[in-house]
Amino acid sequence: MPKRTDIKKILIIGSGPIIIGQACEFDYSGAQAIKALKEEGYKVTLINSNPATIMTDPELADSTYIEPLTVEFLEKVIAKEKPDAVLPTMGGQTGLNLAVEAYEAGVFKRHNVEMIGAKYEAIKKAENREEFKRAMQKIGLDLPKSDFAYSLEEAEKVAEKIGYPVIVRASFTLGGSGSGICHNLEELRNTARTGLDYSRIHEILIEESIVGWKEFELEVMRDINDNFVVICSIENLDPMGVHTGDSITVAPAQTLTDREYQRMRDAARKVMSEIGIETGGSNVQFAVEPQTGRMVIIEMNPRVSRSSALASKATGFPIAKFAAKLAVGLTLDEIPNDITKYTPASFEPSIDYCVVKIPRFAFEKFEGVDDRLTTQMKSVGEIMSIGRTFKEAFQKGLRSLETKRFGFGGDGKDKIFDLTLKTREEYLQFIKTVSNDKELREKIFAYVKVPREDRIFYVKYAYWAGYTTEEIYKKTGIDPWFLEQLKQLIDFERELLAAQGKPKLQEALMRRAKQYGFSDRQLAFCWGLQEKDVRKKRKSLGIKPVYKLVDTCAAEFKAYTPYFYSTYEDEDEANPSRKKKVMILGGGPNRIGQGIEFDYCCVHAVLALRKMGYETIMVNSNPETVSTDYDTSDKLFFEPLTLEDVLNIYENEKPIGVILQLGGQTPLNLAKSLLANGVKILGTSVDAIDRAEDRDRFKKLLKKIDLRQPANGIATSIDEAHQIAKEIGYPVVIRPSYVLGGRAMEIVYDQTSLKKYMKQAVEASEDHQPVLIDKFLEDAIEIDVDLISDGKIAVVGSVMEHIEEAGIHSGDSASVIPPFSLSREIVEEIVHKTKQIAKELGVIGLMNVQYAIQRGQVYCLEVNPRASRTVPFVSKTIGVPLAKLAAQLMVGKSLKDLKFTEEIVPKHVAVKESVFPFVKFPGVDIILSPEMKSTGEVMGIDKDFGKAFYKSQDAAMSHIPRKGIVFISVKETDKPKIAEIAREFYKLGFKIVSTKGTGKVLKEAEVPAEEVLKMGEGNPNLSHWIKEKKMDLIINTPSGKGPMLDEGKIRSLAVSFNIPCITTLSAARAAVRGLKAVRDDDLDVKSIQDYHGTKVKS
Amino acid sequence: MKKAILALEDGVWFEGEGFGAEGETFGEVVFNTGLSGYQEILTDPSYKGQMVCMTYPHIGNYGINAADVESSRPWVEGFIIKELSPVVSNYRSEMTLDQYLKKYNILGIQGIDTRKLVKHLRTVGAKKAVISTLELDPKKLIQKAKKSKGIEGVDLVKEVTCQKPFEFDEIMPAEFAWGDTQKKKFKIVAVDSGVKWNILRKLNQHGFKVQVVPAHATAEEILAYKPDGVFLANGPGDPAAVKYLVETVRRLIGKTPIFGICLGHQMIGQALGGKTSKLKFGHHGNNQPVMDLKTRKIEITSQNHNFVVVIDSLPKDEVEMTHINLNDKTLEGFRHKKYPIFCVQYHPENSPGPHDSDYLFTRFYDLIEKNQSNAQKN
Repeated sequence: MPKRTDIKKILIIGSGPIIIGQACEFDYSGAQAIKALKEEGYKVTLINSNPATIMTDPELADSTYIEPLTVEFLEKVIAKEKPDAVLPTMGGQTGLNLAVEAYEAGVFKRHNVEMIGAKYEAIKKAENREEFKRAMQKIGLDLPKSDFAYSLEEAEKVAEKIGYPVIVRASFTLGGSGSGICHNLEELRNTARTGLDYSRIHEILIEESIVGWKEFELEVMRDINDNFVVICSIENLDPMGVHTGDSITVAPAQTLTDREYQRMRDAARKVMSEIGIETGGSNVQFAVEPQTGRMVIIEMNPRVSRSSALASKATGFPIAKFAAKLAVGLTLDEIPNDITKYTPASFEPSIDYCVVKIPRFAFEKFEGVDDRLTTQMKSVGEIMSIGRTFKEAFQKGLRSLETKRFGFGGDGKDKIFDLTLKTREEYLQFIKTVSNDKELREKIFAYVKVPREDRIFYVKYAYWAGYTTEEIYKKTGIDPWFLEQLKQLIDFERELLAAQGKPKLQEALMRRAKQYGFSDRQLAFCWGLQEKDVRKKRKSLGIKPVYKLVDTCAAEFKAYTPYFYSTYEDEDEANPSRKKKVMILGGGPNRIGQGIEFDYCCVHAVLALRKMGYETIMVNSNPETVSTDYDTSDKLFFEPLTLEDVLNIYENEKPIGVILQLGGQTPLNLAKSLLANGVKILGTSVDAIDRAEDRDRFKKLLKKIDLRQPANGIATSIDEAHQIAKEIGYPVVIRPSYVLGGRAMEIVYDQTSLKKYMKQAVEASEDHQPVLIDKFLEDAIEIDVDLISDGKIAVVGSVMEHIEEAGIHSGDSASVIPPFSLSREIVEEIVHKTKQIAKELGVIGLMNVQYAIQRGQVYCLEVNPRASRTVPFVSKTIGVPLAKLAAQLMVGKSLKDLKFTEEIVPKHVAVKESVFPFVKFPGVDIILSPEMKSTGEVMGIDKDFGKAFYKSQDAAMSHIPRKGIVFISVKETDKPKIAEIAREFYKLGFKIVSTKGTGKVLKEAEVPAEEVLKMGEGNPNLSHWIKEKKMDLIINTPSGKGPMLDEGKIRSLAVSFNIPCITTLSAARAAVRGLKAVRDDDLDVKSIQDYHGTKVKS
Repeated sequence: MKKAILALEDGVWFEGEGFGAEGETFGEVVFNTGLSGYQEILTDPSYKGQMVCMTYPHIGNYGINAADVESSRPWVEGFIIKELSPVVSNYRSEMTLDQYLKKYNILGIQGIDTRKLVKHLRTVGAKKAVISTLELDPKKLIQKAKKSKGIEGVDLVKEVTCQKPFEFDEIMPAEFAWGDTQKKKFKIVAVDSGVKWNILRKLNQHGFKVQVVPAHATAEEILAYKPDGVFLANGPGDPAAVKYLVETVRRLIGKTPIFGICLGHQMIGQALGGKTSKLKFGHHGNNQPVMDLKTRKIEITSQNHNFVVVIDSLPKDEVEMTHINLNDKTLEGFRHKKYPIFCVQYHPENSPGPHDSDYLFTRFYDLIEKNQSNAQKN
């Protein structure tokens, strides 16, 4: 069927900030959709609040709105752009929910906009639990038995009817509170009671437990002609009970016979028609009872998803791109398969390799967090790895995670409870003795029962402890097929260990070891050698990886798309060209502190270099990204970012050099070892990086250009730390060197805390990396500067002023372009000094410097001679793609060539606000600290600070109410300053309530305020106010750390009940400015293209 | 595990590990891109004379069960895979793949770069080959492969067909059944040129009483059953080598409704004067897109054939093309304009493979019904 001609302009809704469960995969899908629709000749408008996305690049859509994803702003964009249709299926759950809300508010009807891709009714049917259940029953599909209950008695009856164990879920609660699994009546009573209490409508769902069943997922597509294809089947290693986003998953399905698989396919097909998904991609999840084969449907998502991105990368079939084309009426047979060129998209990919996805967690960032894996997703990122076998892909996957592991153990990092097996001897000793240690044995076995981040390694220890596959299967529910694969690795590792000191035997085992995915590091550990010795030995034996193609068709047809993975087999398909080529290292899995911003930079580098005629080679392991779209670079290698894997590609491809400075800390950490292996590093030299990162050398650098630094020192022991802290005076900031995202960074006020800290710090630090101690500058303003330099001249991208004071991680602060409170002299001094640093270091490319301004004095906090997290924010604000320019500088262009020689100070104001995952971690205190906790960011852009800030809060989903009740309670030191802020709120028409202490201050300052009881002071108290949503805004500054404090409970309750909560005075002041700005003048929307003029530099 | 060598007639060879039986075996190497369904593939009689290389690396994961077989025994001459599963994990499994192949004395080889082999076959076409655990000198094996008989011009149907007529009465277990069910109404004769059991099961399900006859049954013998229609099955080898079957079909045309698949499709094609030619490496897998030219709908089909009917060789005035392959635009189905005859090149019984083509059995049913009501009118 030909594409529709009755629609001309299509609005795409993005997914907003990166949050747990919604990462860069929607930048990937959105960017693909925009390109696909433009290719078909449609005009495309985009709304997305996240500036760190490729999709919001001005070149992509015809008009791009970096505005909050709310019905209010969506309608404004629609009113202005007048699109004919909206495509709501590309922006994750956020996009889908917004479309549903807008539909229900009558926006689409009012403006005559058609929903394409998924109709309102279909979305409702798929998303509403009851409607979904009815629909599935209608088409004869089996579901877990379930029913609602509204009282304890009802709950008991339902549970009895279903049969224990049952799962209780409270309706309308966030973060899974009031839910749990119950094995008997007593447990049911307890859980049901809390559930009924927590649920706003006193409703709980009681469901048959299918925990421990096998979990499968099908990625499917359907077109307007009812043509239906399965793109990929996925089987979870972790059985039901763990959110699929937190599970290790494998493609394709491994343990289904064809009959069982086809039955699932038939079911998915029926689901698509019954739900009414006329066009596009969806995923359908199933559970299968292992003993009987009973298959039940779990859920379906009527949109592209994290797993569809994974499926696209796993098969080479671009689901989002095709989904966009199907949405405008094309059919699958009318779309050519990009990879084979001559065959159509109306087929089902076949693959001749195995794909493993492993989630990446960040529990270490959240004190007191429950690290058990449940049906609530907790991971912050993921990696994908490809191997010819599961064993190979699995081990490659573990080393892709960058959790300092180099495979399935045997890498000197195995940790069994408190015991770390650092040496080969310790390792051997442990293997030998563990089965005799009854207590430890049982402890290990008990530990594998509960899914956790590190459970998979304990499976290995359980095997060592003498448990059988059958026993481990019964305990974990991990299918015996997977367990036996792991066992093959464990058994083979014993052979490897036994070959120590036997070079001939080592040689004989080498090839199989590599085929099993063992890294050189693991082999070095097993044989008591250095990694470099293993590499040398391996190469001398001619054992080198070959690169195979991902081609959608298992080699049946010739493939034209150079998308590769390594394996140890006969035939190499990489076929290196003789062109001039540049290799770009990506950022690996998303984690807190390193995410989409770096992928954005890498993609920009690729685009710029391609345009210059270089062949670009991208290396990355993160399937959610645009950089791992095979369309992005000339050659894509889906590989772990370790020295071994990167060197292998480098030696095979022989590029003119490697770009490290755009992928965050991951590639930068490889700089020294790559250089030592003869790799040419493009851009800023490794020595310059070292000068910025080595504390002593850094000190000298600052001295040389006469820049102040907070008093500081380096300690390698607790005693040394004491000494330094005493000298420079408390409070101090402590952190391990070479870490990212303020990992383990803390402000310490006394000796006791220092001691406690030093114990933990050793763990976060690389081997022998010392601990850095700085004087903490209280009440200082923090500044970020991004700069670009060609080695001769340097230009500042932007000076950014943080809203929160120094001491809160820069990644967690709101930041503003241009600075809003600094004098011109100070800004000029900062610009000048930053350029001096760049010149001194010989920076070629990007650099980020952080300053603190205390009492008019400028202190330099740190220098990062690489792309920073703020590069996309700055680029979008000033209209200059800094990363693109940087890449060109690295291959020899000058800033003059690129016509960027002067700083652009924009006439508008842009505010970057951070977004936090607290809602996923119930009970964790939400206060900000030097340890970064945010997962993503949004941007508010407008004429003045107030409006931009107000928008940024809307975009960050912490909408500042324009009227209502504000609760104020601040710490002792903030009390003198609170009255002035409270008065402003009062003047803006807010009613103020406060606790006794703060109330007293307000009374003295004659600000009318009502007093509310603290928790435990009687009823009704603060917690009732929050639970009943009687307050609209909370201002609560923390006096100390710890969720046990009353104020900590207030804040985490506020999160659970979705009440915006401001935790610093500076943010409260900004809120006042925002409210004032929107009081009289309504907010407007403006496209990025309009802000910068349609012509965009590149 | 024992060392094994796979050698192709053109000099390419691979060293791997043997599994299943030991010894030496010859056949034409083809590859199959199905991600699941190895048991159905092994027992598909159309693979007689061929060695199958599975493109998916992990094979044997779910073992072998008695219910999913497509005939009385596995027919492949050899089985080539990347990695045999060390364990079987499936609630229906009854034995391992290794045990199964041993039981039927079939050689397997694992641990080779199967992708390299597939790419080679894709480039040079299907090749005669040998797998051996006895002779480990590749040069000698290459010579042996060269001298081996091959399948072109060889009648392999006679090796796989049943010896005596029998009635088939079985349907799929309810938990795995799909598609329409019609009340048993018509009696048909199915010519067993290597028929897969799921075809017979499907025919039963779709309202046919099924009388199976050997491939060498004559038209007179077939018509003696007074069938309401005749079904022509799939089968192995070179369609040009089964002249007797073409002759039988020629005599049936116009006398009874006919539905043919795969080899049956090629028989009808030849009987109507068409020619067959050999594809470079055939279609073997579960993901081939076919378009029904009438409805413009696409079905993902299960296929296993090396030969095709040449479109232009068919008499245009008698035959209407109904299905084409969207990958390479080869003929996938046609019908006779005058007589109640239609056929497809692929496998509508879908075992293994997606269940998109079930409607063809209904079409056969409707065709017979219409034919009979027309006959009454006249």
